[in-house]
Amino acid sequence: MTTDLRTYLAHVELPNPVLTASGCGGTGRELAHFSDVHRLGAFVTRSITMAPRAGRPTPRMAETPSGLLNAVGLQGPGVEAFLERELPWLAERGARTVVSIGGGTVTEYTALARRLAGAEGITAVEINLSCPNVEDRGRVFARDGSAAAEVVASVRAATPYEVPVIAKLSPDVADIVAVARACVDGGADALAMINNPVGMSIDVDTMRPALAAGTGGLSGPAVRPLAVRCVWQVHAALPGVPIVGMGGVATGRDALELVLAGACAVAVGTALFHDPYACPRVLRELEELLQARGFDRLADAVGLAHRPAGAQPRTRSDLEESSL
Amino acid sequence: MAGSPVQVTGTVLTTRRVDAYHALTVVAPGIADRFRPGHFVTVAVGGRDSSMLTRRAFAVHDVKPDYGGTVELVFGVRGAGTAWLADRKARDTLDLVGPLGRPFPLPRDPCTCVLVGDEHGSAALFALGDALQQRGCRVDFVLGAQSADRVFGALRARRMGETTTLTTEDGSLGMRGTVTDVLPGVIADARADAVYACGPMATLRGVTAVAAQFGIPVQVAVEESMACGIGVCMTCVVPVIGDDGVTRMVRACTEGPVFRGERVRFDDVGTIPFDALGAPGGRHA
Ligand SMILES: Cc1cc2nc3c(=O)[nH]c(=O)nc-3n(C[C@H](O)[C@H](O)[C@H](O)COP(=O)(O)OP(=O)(O)OC[C@H]3O[C@@H](n4cnc5c(N)ncnc54)[C@H](O)[C@@H]3O)c2cc1C
Ligand SMILES: Cc1cc2nc3c(=O)[nH]c(=O)nc-3n(C[C@H](O)[C@H](O)[C@H](O)COP(=O)(O)O)c2cc1C
Ligand code: FES
Repeated sequence: MTTDLRTYLAHVELPNPVLTASGCGGTGRELAHFSDVHRLGAFVTRSITMAPRAGRPTPRMAETPSGLLNAVGLQGPGVEAFLERELPWLAERGARTVVSIGGGTVTEYTALARRLAGAEGITAVEINLSCPNVEDRGRVFARDGSAAAEVVASVRAATPYEVPVIAKLSPDVADIVAVARACVDGGADALAMINNPVGMSIDVDTMRPALAAGTGGLSGPAVRPLAVRCVWQVHAALPGVPIVGMGGVATGRDALELVLAGACAVAVGTALFHDPYACPRVLRELEELLQARGFDRLADAVGLAHRPAGAQPRTRSDLEESSL
Repeated sequence: MAGSPVQVTGTVLTTRRVDAYHALTVVAPGIADRFRPGHFVTVAVGGRDSSMLTRRAFAVHDVKPDYGGTVELVFGVRGAGTAWLADRKARDTLDLVGPLGRPFPLPRDPCTCVLVGDEHGSAALFALGDALQQRGCRVDFVLGAQSADRVFGALRARRMGETTTLTTEDGSLGMRGTVTDVLPGVIADARADAVYACGPMATLRGVTAVAAQFGIPVQVAVEESMACGIGVCMTCVVPVIGDDGVTRMVRACTEGPVFRGERVRFDDVGTIPFDALGAPGGRHA
């Protein structure tokens, strides 16, 4: 008996729920040395910006207990080079591509969405809302429901109807449900969470911040409980909205935890740095765990942890018994 | 690149101490076969449930065909990851990814090459020296470190090299000073045609400046801190001038670690040069 692993981001079907996390899978070419990109549920690009960006100075990373701090600063070649060189490569290999976009103004996000609108081979657009809003004293979009909603609405309006728009949320907010609701009201078809919470590390030998940028985004297993909490709260409040869960997924068990909290897909980020085969491995492990628990379909496990204490999961064996 | 990198579970064959360093020989078929001088590998440290998430990068010191292919790594204990690695024993397994990076380009015709190694950087030079000698090149070594116990490979260099010059900053071995102090003399005496260098960024910068004075090409292997080693995380970038004269922040793990010295903007490492492609307020496309 195999488990049906298909999942849906709004109306778009993915053959399986394991994605790369934005900024962690390179252009796809690098991972292709290790496994086929078309086997992924979807390949999520790093956040594409309008113009080329050189990013932040080095050192850009610092290892922390079970975590990684990074301050890459959206380095990338800009949308034109992306459309010319990276997207066609992914399309040729049959990858489903979720294009993540990042910008400093609503106008920039809108322009990016318009520029992508005509392109072939885009499965969904993910809005990285963790960028500072240059027009609002550097306030991060994701920390303000109305600013986030404004971006979502304008990207939704500029994106073809059949391409779902995913809003990616930051855990660095007092009320993630409020931001999630604002994004859905603004037109988001799905939500992704979590982006990196901001952290810092100081080198006690040099007695200076370990990252050139001072602060950086924390990722890896250290943030998983934060991700589970965010997915849980948002799924409880908005049970019909598809959620891509991420934050410290390194094994099938980690993926299942997010699924049980309410995610219908999971993305693997930092684990790829340690294990370039992480995505197919997590998928295999997740499938085994679902089978071992008697699930016919991944969809039956989504949000299952929300059932009241004492209630039994509806599993294959239950159904077989009840049909006796 | 000589084919794709692979991930293998290697078995430690032997471990030994070489003065201040540890040398590990690991059975790693698939990596050994694809190796070219200048390649590096990354090692997962701390065991399966380790809290150390990033792999550690090490230059491959040597490969041998034994047991289907072995690689040898030479490293000094620096932090928790290298301390764990130093505790490995024969028959332990190690998770390796490699070979990674762009190897050293070799000259087409026989010529004279000076190989400069500072601290553990020397480890990467011997496979290179072999390859150069196989092409009929003359090889001269300059090896240096803080102190005598940190100069790696002096004996082997003496056997292989036409000349070998050693330096230590504390004067405990060879000439007192740094590799860059003695390099001009070595280049002049050998009438060198090219220089290859491995070591800390500051040394590479000095070596590049010396080579520039002599107007000879220099290939350097840089060490920038790396989270993935395979080109996906963008943490290992250095400012490098391209063929078109444009400076880009390029990945040391995939576009490097070997670069032509004069192309690396050493003075600007740790910054985003204002004229780099995509620099804040700088040039676009
Ligand atoms: C291409 C390349 C080849 C290398 N070859 C050798 C070699 O042959 N022999 C050797 O002794 N060392 C080599 N190094 C340096 C070696 O990778 C570091 O000394 C080692 O990662 C330190 O790990 P740690 O856990 O002991 O230290 P920690 O300081 O605890 O490491 C924490 C993090 O910082 C990174 N880091 C720390 N120091 C360095 C450094 N100098 N360079 C790069 N990353 C660093 C680590 O990889 C890790 O992610 C090489 C580095 C690179 C990039
Ligand atoms: C090096 C690095 C770069 C990242 N770049 C981006 C990015 O460009 N856009 C984005 O939305 N998220 C980015 N992220 C966040 C990840 O997509 C992900 O949300 C986060 O790291 C949590 O997942 P993880 O713990 O599995 O890495 C980046 C994370 C890392 C570690
Ligand atoms: S170490 Fe990740 S891109 Fe170079």
